[in-house]
Amino acid sequence: MSRLATWGNELYAGKKSYQFVQKWKTWFVVALILLVVAGGITALRGGFNLGIEFRGGSEFTVSAVENTDPSIGEQAVTAVVPEVEATATNIAPGTVRVQTAELSDDQTLQVATNLQEGYGVAQEQVTSNFVGPTWGAAVSQQMLIGLIVFLVLVALYLAIYFRTWKMSAAAIVGLMYVVALTVGIYGAIGFEVTPPAIIGFLLILSYSLYDTVVVFDKIRENTQNLEEDRRRTFDELVNLAVNQTLVRSITTSIVGILPVGSILFIGAGLLGAGTLRDISLSIFVGIIVGTVATLFIQAPLYALFRRNEEGLKDRDAKILRRRGSLESKDENSVTADASNT
Amino acid sequence: MASKNSQSRARRALAWLTAIIVGLGVIMGIGIATNNSNGLPLLALDLEGGTQMVLSPETTTGEAVTAEQMNQAVEIIRQRVDGSGVSEAEINTQGDDNVVVSMPGTPDAQTRELIQASANMEFRSVLTAGSFQATPEEERLDVSEIPEPEATPENGSDPNWITTEVYDEFQRTDCAAPEASQIRDDLPADEAVVACDFDTQVKYILGPLEISGDQIESADHGMASTPTGVSANQWVVNIRFESEGAEKFREITQRLTGMTSPQDQFAILLDGQIVSAPASQAVILDGQAQISGNFDEESAAQLAEQLQYGSLPISFEVESEQQISATLGQDQLFWGLVAGLIGLALVAVYQFFQYRALGLVTLTSILIMGILTYQAIVLLGWSDNYRLSLAGIAGIIVSIGLTADSFIVYFERIKDEMRNGRPFEAAVNYGWDRAKRTITVSKLVNILASVVLFFVAVGNVRGFAFTLGLTSIADLIVVYMFTHPVMQLLAKTRFFASGHPMSGMDPSLLGQKPLYQGAGRIREFRPEEEVVEVRSKKNKRSGKEAARRQTIAERRAAERAAALQSSSTSDREPAQEDS
Repeated sequence: MSRLATWGNELYAGKKSYQFVQKWKTWFVVALILLVVAGGITALRGGFNLGIEFRGGSEFTVSAVENTDPSIGEQAVTAVVPEVEATATNIAPGTVRVQTAELSDDQTLQVATNLQEGYGVAQEQVTSNFVGPTWGAAVSQQMLIGLIVFLVLVALYLAIYFRTWKMSAAAIVGLMYVVALTVGIYGAIGFEVTPPAIIGFLLILSYSLYDTVVVFDKIRENTQNLEEDRRRTFDELVNLAVNQTLVRSITTSIVGILPVGSILFIGAGLLGAGTLRDISLSIFVGIIVGTVATLFIQAPLYALFRRNEEGLKDRDAKILRRRGSLESKDENSVTADASNT
Repeated sequence: MASKNSQSRARRALAWLTAIIVGLGVIMGIGIATNNSNGLPLLALDLEGGTQMVLSPETTTGEAVTAEQMNQAVEIIRQRVDGSGVSEAEINTQGDDNVVVSMPGTPDAQTRELIQASANMEFRSVLTAGSFQATPEEERLDVSEIPEPEATPENGSDPNWITTEVYDEFQRTDCAAPEASQIRDDLPADEAVVACDFDTQVKYILGPLEISGDQIESADHGMASTPTGVSANQWVVNIRFESEGAEKFREITQRLTGMTSPQDQFAILLDGQIVSAPASQAVILDGQAQISGNFDEESAAQLAEQLQYGSLPISFEVESEQQISATLGQDQLFWGLVAGLIGLALVAVYQFFQYRALGLVTLTSILIMGILTYQAIVLLGWSDNYRLSLAGIAGIIVSIGLTADSFIVYFERIKDEMRNGRPFEAAVNYGWDRAKRTITVSKLVNILASVVLFFVAVGNVRGFAFTLGLTSIADLIVVYMFTHPVMQLLAKTRFFASGHPMSGMDPSLLGQKPLYQGAGRIREFRPEEEVVEVRSKKNKRSGKEAARRQTIAERRAAERAAALQSSSTSDREPAQEDS
């Protein structure tokens, strides 16, 4: 606690500073590599592992099973429709999932009965799920519309609030990176993309932007009286803001991850594939990526966007010049070459 | 001075919050007392078990379905599902072109077909009418006594349509029995049928199908007008037929007009049930008929809607169907709640670790947010039939973290202000001034996201978006009306004001040195290399840009600060020289 507090104090005062903004080139290269690697692995895997909602088909889940032999499930299907290929998987302790191509109503009922008898469970332990072939496309399209509407509205909102489109642009560009990387990680690991996972991705949009706004609000505060601050360049002011909110960023992501982690643990460990696991998995990845991206992508991006403004350039140059002369005055007894600037 | 003020304001805020919670509690109590609510949230299908079908409309002509047509379709599906004996089914539209049907249990094949089928509207002539109930057994004619038709029927009103079987069915049918109101979509087109009119409580034998619903061009309701154009203060329903239908309707009215009752009547059936059985009073040549009767506005509108729907060539395609057993749903609910509690406990432990006693404030705030959210969900379930889904529960659990962040932002700001040298109480107020802006602005991002998602998305996403938005609003209420007021009051206690090590705001840990310089001026806590410079003209530009981005309040504050700055420059200068 005391060490954490001291650390926080030093960050706040600028005594201790991590160079989020100054080393932007390094961070951007790392970010790009991560994205390329994630995308590459996803491509090597043959694209995303789409859930049944996006492929279309029928799915049965049998729970409270004692003997989770997949062949029982596969036989239950082939006994009804021999020509259809069925895949049964043991997705969680005592739970078997059987996926097939689209079945008709009668076939569905028959397969459900077979599964119930085959695994020796009560009727209500068998659930079925049917998804038409166009459903996934329709859902995806709605999501895309939602995404675009949200991005446009939020870009306007941020531009109005921060009174500069540059902050808004930095936030949105960073946001797109967060989503791209999270989706990439999802694809690279081969997690199944289901509607709950998509819900998770959408939450990441909201969470990541939320996180960015908190940090950007501090940047706004630090840079609003540029004329009075004669000691720090614009980059340094932005960087100071990021450092000052660092304790908060870390605390927030930990507090955000704890409940999500507990859903993930219970969802994946006890319930197997399903809404809870899929939602929490994408959010879990997204919170980490979102928090890190605010520090390493969005904040440097904003500084970068404003770097070429005439007024700021002059101001920074002046500050650096003065700093150089101060240093040479201070240290002329120690090092001679510091006065080169 | 200000602190006394702020204390009474804090107390008032807390009183208001209590009033809100108690008020919502009272409304819930009324709901429970009147049996409208059981004090628990309504559960969506994935938690309660049952069947959910997502349907999309399909037209035989391939044309797009209008929103109005969708609403009519939903209305009819609702009537059909209710008519098929399934209780508690819920039918809603989602997005522009999806209908979601949720019902407990598993629907039988017939119900499924009905839900998907297009409207089945028929016009048939009345052959004979009889009592609503079944003919008492002793009065019934024995099958052998019923006369056979004498000849092949000549037109739709010919009594020769009535076969022995039909007549026997007619005398046995009891329209008051519940099964009589079920949907029948298998009426033979070229035979006489028995049908009940529930509005007028009459039972009919009807002739063969004469006009089908797709011949209706349009239908509406309005006030009847006399030939002179004066409104007759009577509600009527207008039907307009397409050309083929108009021709047939002319034939029917020519035949029926002037016949003896009930043979001057024709029946309009939807899904095998009579929606209206008007008598023909005139020959309609142009296919524009008017049905008058004992309509009020509502019943006229309903009939017009049914006629219009009857003209729709819409059937439904099942896009997705999910059947979930009740036990599985309960399992999911149980484990979802367990996950939430574990998450909450972890957050609480972490908060105590980082903020000590203040962690208690965080935890209480989260609990109050939980109460508000719970109340809102129960009340929305009561008023708008809002149902909590598993995705919704996930949304609430995730929001624990998002809510806690409000307090983290706030507490870190207080710490920042203490690092600037302010005592705890002042730090609470200064920190709040800045934190509330950040919190509000960032929460609005979440609310915006949930509103967009809610209106665009289909299915599960909506439930999630809804709880996300709801908790964001609850969070704002809690931060403004609970967390900050409580902090203001705590600032008055010795435990916090003296910076007890367990208070989480120990000034000595925050590197605080007395920087208060008197005369109301607090010198900013700044690192060594402080430089003051004469203002340069060239910097004006970026300074102006910054000024443009300020709000009015900020600009004023900046001006005040600038005024103070110039008056205090002299204090600082000696400090510069030795650096």
